Amino acid sequence: MRGFWKSITDKYGYPKVFITLFLLILCILAVVQKQNLPGLIKDSLVRVGMNGILVLAMIPSINSGTGLNFGLSLGIVCGILAGCISIEMNLFGLKAFFTAILLSIPFSAAVGYAYGLLLNRVKGDEMTIGTYMGFSIVSLMCIGWLLLPFKSPEMIWAIGGRGLRTTIALADRFAKVTDKMMSFNILGEPVPTGTLLLFGAGCVLMWIFLKTKTGVAMMAAGDNPRFAAANGINVNRQRIVGTMLSMIIGGIGIIVYAQSFGFFQLYTGPLMMPFMAISAILIGGASARKASISNVVSGTILFFSLLAISLPVINKMMPEGNLSEVVRIIVTYGVILYALTKVGRDD
Amino acid sequence: MEENYVLKLKNVSKEYFGNKVLKEVNLNVKAGEIHALVGENGAGKSTLMNILFGMPVIHNTGGYTGEIIFEGKKAEIMTPNNALALGIGMVHQEFMLLPGFTITENIKLNREITKQNAISRILGDSLKSLDIEAMRKDSQAALKKLGMNIDDWVPIAGLPVGYMQFVEIAREIDKKNIKLLVFDEPTAVLAESEAEKLLDTMRNLSANGIAILFITHRLDEVLAVADSITIMRDGEQVSEMKRKDATLAKIAQIMVGRKIERVVHEARKYENNGEIVMSIRNLSVDMPGEIVKSIDMEIRKGEILGIGGLAGQGKIGIANGIMGLYKAYGEVYIGNTRLELNNPRKAIESGLAFVSEYRRGVGLLLDTSIEMNIVISSMQIQNRFLKGLFGLKMISLKDDRKIREWAMKMIKDLDIRCTGPDQLARRLSGGNQQKVCIARALTLEPEILFVSEPTRGIDIGAKKLVLDLLVKLNKELGMTIVMTSSELGELRSISDRIAIVYDGKLEGILAPTDSDVDFGLMMAGEYRSKEVV
Repeated sequence: MRGFWKSITDKYGYPKVFITLFLLILCILAVVQKQNLPGLIKDSLVRVGMNGILVLAMIPSINSGTGLNFGLSLGIVCGILAGCISIEMNLFGLKAFFTAILLSIPFSAAVGYAYGLLLNRVKGDEMTIGTYMGFSIVSLMCIGWLLLPFKSPEMIWAIGGRGLRTTIALADRFAKVTDKMMSFNILGEPVPTGTLLLFGAGCVLMWIFLKTKTGVAMMAAGDNPRFAAANGINVNRQRIVGTMLSMIIGGIGIIVYAQSFGFFQLYTGPLMMPFMAISAILIGGASARKASISNVVSGTILFFSLLAISLPVINKMMPEGNLSEVVRIIVTYGVILYALTKVGRDD
Repeated sequence: MEENYVLKLKNVSKEYFGNKVLKEVNLNVKAGEIHALVGENGAGKSTLMNILFGMPVIHNTGGYTGEIIFEGKKAEIMTPNNALALGIGMVHQEFMLLPGFTITENIKLNREITKQNAISRILGDSLKSLDIEAMRKDSQAALKKLGMNIDDWVPIAGLPVGYMQFVEIAREIDKKNIKLLVFDEPTAVLAESEAEKLLDTMRNLSANGIAILFITHRLDEVLAVADSITIMRDGEQVSEMKRKDATLAKIAQIMVGRKIERVVHEARKYENNGEIVMSIRNLSVDMPGEIVKSIDMEIRKGEILGIGGLAGQGKIGIANGIMGLYKAYGEVYIGNTRLELNNPRKAIESGLAFVSEYRRGVGLLLDTSIEMNIVISSMQIQNRFLKGLFGLKMISLKDDRKIREWAMKMIKDLDIRCTGPDQLARRLSGGNQQKVCIARALTLEPEILFVSEPTRGIDIGAKKLVLDLLVKLNKELGMTIVMTSSELGELRSISDRIAIVYDGKLEGILAPTDSDVDFGLMMAGEYRSKEVV
């Protein structure tokens, strides 16, 4: 039994094993409590599709050697900005959705490039710098959202008429456009097919990228910078490529998230978003130095199903207070803490 | 007679994991004498000192056998504190000083003179205040003894290196009970005039009755100050002599001399008119610890050129500089074209390949498969092992099938022992990791292959395999090989010519069959002054 346990934890890592066990216990409780099981499955699928691309954004940053991208909020802010512009342009539906994505790419790329230059100057401290960079930019944008010259009455404060609202409803714009695409019912609950397909396509594209010459160079630069340099790979450039990609995917990720969620959350909304994505990929078995597509997929499914299922189950057990929120926080930060204690200890 | 000896080591042996690094060493140091301990790198000098100081590395690996007799009594030195209590002091090669502290604070560190104050009377001795005046007086005295005229209240940071060395010594002689002082290559970082001064100081100290154990590989210094000399080689004490019996040539020969097995092939008579594939002009390299200072050298087509010398003299810097891993200056020509320095990509594109001495740090992607380790350089620089995505040339993907085929061939050709081409490089043994590094270099199909310390950290059986492999490549493919190694025996067994580097400069080029004396003198930087002795 002990040997079995050890081989399991060695292979998958503690976070993945514990979270899986926890999820199983919650599922059993859900059955015991006679929860609406198809509903829970639907909630899980929605959350997986919603967050998957944000989690995917961690892949290039981890593999290019800049570690977990705690500064992902920068990309997220770019995505939100692009989304607001698409509304300002008075677009609707899929057109609005894809315009927002296309618009976000140049923003995120420029921000990612600048951020990459910064990270190249602070090698070894990327994750600390990234965290505070993210916090700073989110705070700075709190002023930005007030000052940006948006005019659309849907977005600006009703009273005073200046500055964007804290939450912008997308119900009339592109809320649920991909969730409803090719949607079909299982056990009476709709499946967000389009969003899941989008996540799948993102994974496939990333998988292909990691097999290209640039992808291989990027992974080598992340795995062992001195080796890469000795073999004629420009390590700083690869790190910038990784950072830019991560930001671009983050920007797209938040648009997909908002599409499913139905709202853009401005101001301090993006502040903690990177942490969810980070803990998901860590639960999937990634480390701060290495991550694969399978880490993304399994981590996203485990972490976000956990959140979807824990909410009703725990609230039924303890209706007073918001224990499920506490569980989410413990899992999110606990897993990050565990991963950070492992950094630089593998030799 | 017994009492005359401050320190006697009797039959001291030490094993690291079954590997005997010290074999029954005896060492006798009299009070007030300067005893020189000389030997190549890896001769066992440091291990001996670690034993003398009770360093944890000794006791964590099973301790040693034999006896240490200090002042006539058997001593059990289990920790550095034991050694200090006995009166053994050490002047380190790398300064053990706190840069932000003043000279006095460094000298008195952890031996501060304290006085009572109101709080310490209540809360105990650890809160006593420092008696700075008394500390400064002691420090001044110690510095004066060394002939140093310097304010003792300036911080260490910013002092010239020579001064730091003297502060180290001041700290040791400030310990009142000091009986034996070990100098570990103290002159390595000093300028000539400073070194002179240091030697004078050593003479002074020994005149005051302190025994000095002087570890060095500068043979002229040994002859200048030592009263007796112990020579070590391969963990054995091979000779002990008085200064009057010693000559430079004699020490050099004993230090290097060992049976050279020319196992591999007959020494080829290298021909002066052989085609030159690379000429190196005024090459200087800023590699920390292995600085190269303006070297000129020629590499001939189809030869195995050995580069030897003691650690820290710059031999490692040459290949690293040419390959662009460390900042280099000067000119390197491949044939008639000048190589752009400080650009690893250009170096590889120009037909050079490099197997680094730092295998796990620079040589391998430890968490990547063997096959990717083998092909990655070629893929990135020569665009091999790639294919288009669905025939699109724009996006080039790695060609898994071709990579696998090539890796299988390499694994078979070089006999890499692994579970398969997708095994992680980390899981291989040292010798097999080295073969993966060589396989990567071969995949580049280089004109000239630079190999640094190819046998470092791998076991004896694998060493021979690696050397045989290099010879095979040289013979069968006509590849020009430049091998840098700390092991002279290994260089002499396969090279056609051996360049010896001393103090960042080329000391000379020898044939492998030349005498031990010549090799010893060259490695000690005394070859040119041979006639004088």
